[in-house]
Amino acid sequence: MVGLGKMGLSHQSIINMHPNVKLAAVCDSTGFLLDVLNKYTGVRTFSDYDEMLDNAELDAVIISTPSRLHAEMVRNALEHDVHVFCEKPFVLDTVQGKELARLATERSLVNQVGYHCRFVAAFQEAKRLLDAGAIGKVTHALAESYGPVVLKPTGSTWRTKRSEGGGCLYDYAAHPINLLTWYFGAPKAVAGTVINNVFSSETDDEVYSTFYFPTGTTAQLSVNWTDESCRKMTTKLTIWGTAGKIYVDRQEVQAYLRDTAPLPSGYKKGWNVRYTTELTEPVQFYLRGEEYSSQLDYFIRCIESRQSENANSFESALLTDNVISAMKKDAGKGARLDIDDTEAEGTVAHGLRWWSRWLAPWASRSKS
Amino acid sequence: MMDRLLFGDNQFFGVNHMSEEKARSQALRFQDIGAVIDVLDAAYDEGIRTFMCTTHDRVSLVCDQVRANPARYQDFLFYPCMPYAHKYANAVTEDGMLGALKRFLPDQGLVDTIRRGAIAVARKDIEEVTTLLVDAEMKMFSGLNTPVVFLQNVVVDFLMGLGFNEAFRIFADYVKNRYNAEPGFITMNLPMLLTVLEDVGVENPIVCSNINKIGFRMCGGFDAYESALKEKRFRAVAMSVLASGAIPADEAIEWVCEQPNIEAIVFGASSHGNIKRTRELVDQYWNREAAVGNR
Repeated sequence: MVGLGKMGLSHQSIINMHPNVKLAAVCDSTGFLLDVLNKYTGVRTFSDYDEMLDNAELDAVIISTPSRLHAEMVRNALEHDVHVFCEKPFVLDTVQGKELARLATERSLVNQVGYHCRFVAAFQEAKRLLDAGAIGKVTHALAESYGPVVLKPTGSTWRTKRSEGGGCLYDYAAHPINLLTWYFGAPKAVAGTVINNVFSSETDDEVYSTFYFPTGTTAQLSVNWTDESCRKMTTKLTIWGTAGKIYVDRQEVQAYLRDTAPLPSGYKKGWNVRYTTELTEPVQFYLRGEEYSSQLDYFIRCIESRQSENANSFESALLTDNVISAMKKDAGKGARLDIDDTEAEGTVAHGLRWWSRWLAPWASRSKS
Repeated sequence: MMDRLLFGDNQFFGVNHMSEEKARSQALRFQDIGAVIDVLDAAYDEGIRTFMCTTHDRVSLVCDQVRANPARYQDFLFYPCMPYAHKYANAVTEDGMLGALKRFLPDQGLVDTIRRGAIAVARKDIEEVTTLLVDAEMKMFSGLNTPVVFLQNVVVDFLMGLGFNEAFRIFADYVKNRYNAEPGFITMNLPMLLTVLEDVGVENPIVCSNINKIGFRMCGGFDAYESALKEKRFRAVAMSVLASGAIPADEAIEWVCEQPNIEAIVFGASSHGNIKRTRELVDQYWNREAAVGNR
């Protein structure tokens, strides 16, 4: 375990309860935390990552450090022939990311990124419905995430700096973007990206964008982490197709199906609702949502069965990283159509048309 | 002895494990504390006098109401469940680990000690942090009756996962000594927790967990829960008996009343009608079971 922030400690707690895993060591730069953990839980601690890789005899590592450190740490682990679970977002530099994906595949190592939404039963059910063509050809999707993280001007940590992989784009928007790439593949273009700060000084607090997929499907992304009306982070997708509509969040799937496409078994024409209570498979140890336990259990099972073509692979996570970097470029371009100009242009064009129509009879008369 | 029916608070704070839409409409309905108090009054008048509540900022308004009307709420009991975790989680995202600790600990000196020390954190430091955090959460209940104080599941299960089992002992001792209250533990992993509590010597603990007919969020498995209820020495409080509405009330309550050694059920409801109905169902099925047991 390396990086004992909020996610890291949560991973540590979950993986430590896994019956087939022995937590060999933890690594962090905060001395008092290591001291407390060692004294009260007996876990071996390191403050130096390389030293841990060299000495702790690891089969696998869970990397949960600030995002800017991911690439280097992942590379070191892979070079030690250690399977890697890395927190999202995968890397900030997609060229490095591609290289790491190649390295993991070459060494047949399990390589997984912590996009836990793919382990949420409701999002899985929506994927199943989409793959079965239950709503026909998908024309549009709206992917949203809102939450109450930054509600006033704040101090500074890595999470508040975009240069370190913090901010609403990396922290929040990565999840709905990842779901969109899971459902519809890699978008071929992004447009109209807005990346704004509301309260933060060094990073973004709200992100909006439009995606174009090769199939003709479009999607809009709307993400804001300054929304106090939400009790906690909430991610939801609404998807329109020629044969119906799907609404999905982590609690439920609501599907409105027309009977112009084959109905999946158990579904009927009109509204259908499936709740998390019926969709979710039980987990061995529950901390904060089944998905967090399931994704780590899946990682372990892939290692046991030596299956390195796993879900949430580096390669699939790179699709999300690519979209994020395209969005940054798009927002930086600042290209937009100014309403004043178009209005002026429109008025002139309209005026000309009107005059030409009015003058037309005269023009033709004078000819005759 | 706890009352058999405890009144929960999820419905008041936009928590619904089944539907975000429903959660939002409840949050809307209960944004005026008067609406919360009306429902609590309805429960109290039905004889349900225990409010098992998160240490959410808004609960302090309920506390004010009860304090201001001692005659009306003579038998009103609070079972605080601490902490309200999102408050801390969001603070960690904003300020980092030490920053968050600093924000919530009244004694700045202690955080500085921890930061400066960086080498040795003694048991007394851990105890001090624990007690300061507990005190901060208990402040709103000052002068009120809090015979049981629960540690929330996200904290219990987190500490158990880390193997920081000593913390349960520290919490239990402090709650007993300082607040003259019984310590309670909420968990999603009942069978595992019972073993851990036994190991650290927390005897006959009050433990609240999901106990429902369909096994929803009963981690460790349905069978392990059944045998824990039969064989382990603890005081069980059942929550999520209706599995967030997945089981019809009548069927859910009949089933839970048949299980052995359950001392109390915690439930949430938003209307007088549902409160009354739940109380009647529990009276009906639990009395029958008790009668069968006595025969």
